[in-house]
Amino acid sequence: MTFSVLAGLKKFNLEHHFEVKNIYEYYAKWIREGKLKVNSDWNKDLKIKFTVQDPCQIVRKSYGDPIAEDLRFVVKSVVGEENFIDMTPNRSNNYCCGGGGGFLQSGFKEQRLEYGRLKDQQIKATGADYCIAGCHNCHAQIHELSEHYGSGYPVVHLWTLICLSLGVLGPNEREYLGDDLKEVNVFHPETAM
Amino acid sequence: MTDRVVKLGGKKNSTFMDKVKKILPEGGNLNLCLTCGACSSGCPATGLDGMDPRKFLRMAALGMDEEIAKSDWPWMCTMCQRCIYVCPMKIDIPQLVYNARGLRPREERPRGILGSCDMALRNKSTSAMGTSPEDFAFVVGDVLEEYREAQPEFADMEAPIDKQGAEFFLNQNSREPVTEPDEMVPLWKILHLAGVDWTYGSSGWGGENYCMFLADNDSWEQITRTTVDQANQLGVKTFLNTE
Repeated sequence: MTFSVLAGLKKFNLEHHFEVKNIYEYYAKWIREGKLKVNSDWNKDLKIKFTVQDPCQIVRKSYGDPIAEDLRFVVKSVVGEENFIDMTPNRSNNYCCGGGGGFLQSGFKEQRLEYGRLKDQQIKATGADYCIAGCHNCHAQIHELSEHYGSGYPVVHLWTLICLSLGVLGPNEREYLGDDLKEVNVFHPETAM
Repeated sequence: MTDRVVKLGGKKNSTFMDKVKKILPEGGNLNLCLTCGACSSGCPATGLDGMDPRKFLRMAALGMDEEIAKSDWPWMCTMCQRCIYVCPMKIDIPQLVYNARGLRPREERPRGILGSCDMALRNKSTSAMGTSPEDFAFVVGDVLEEYREAQPEFADMEAPIDKQGAEFFLNQNSREPVTEPDEMVPLWKILHLAGVDWTYGSSGWGGENYCMFLADNDSWEQITRTTVDQANQLGVKTFLNTE
């Protein structure tokens, strides 16, 4: 979306009176300003490791390495610096997961999974327990890669972990967390459905 | 397709590549290829359908337009731009791919992408799942009320639609309101705790744009225009994408 709006505004010369931004930049800003009081203590003893996918549309295609740094700052703030493992290559040089460009809807499933083999290997090489995906296409694709290649790492949205680290993640907002985190730091556990 | 000898005609016709060069700034540098292969060696789509980015560009340079139009590879390249990133000449292969997608009649492009684009054109939501603005408003209101009650710390949390003069205009991937509404809540909580003044739009709230992936320029423009018009009308300062 970031890219389609940014590129669309330019390509079709659309009049607009606003700036187009991505929320990673603001997550980082709000944490730095103390507005989001995130805390990685929940993971101090658990030591669950996380890696992060750089969404092409947001990093390489739109805002470059500075937003990749913001993304990492946010991730480290919520899971603990020592529990973050970067994949290689990373930031603007990272590989696409294969969920973008409409590939998920194109019908070429076999080729899409083959495309994603590289991403799956990259994630496994980090040894991380989880992959964080900040974009829906990445999330859907990497989730499928983890199952298809039998890798078994859960794939989570960034907002899930931010709320977990804020202590406000309820029992029904944990769809994508693995069993190791389903019961950790649960907000209003009595509301479980 | 690599088994047969490629024969080149004596005279070069105006080709697909010439056309693409005309529409790109600096011609997309399409004729600057050093054939080094940096693009292909770092491309996850290399090898799919017997193709890779360098080969694709060479085929275009050689005027093999028919083969390009027939190839499914442009739908297996995600236009992720890593090839440009590593290219010493910054050649815009993804734009070549984008335009190659457009060589087929619209109705012959992959049905899934076509369907998602058509869904987004159905109403003002711009949602690839075709969800109406009314249904979206209903789900948002319903989920918000449920959480305000169940988690009293968030009793005054908001999820406004069409709030005039809000600072941020937010979009929402349709997957949440349609298939997993609880997943909208963590984002609302973050915005609430950070004290952010934000709004969705009843028009253009959908955070997807499959029309761009379909290489359907008119529809891409229509979708973007719908969401941009709404953000303009609400007078927001920042159009904030969650992805």
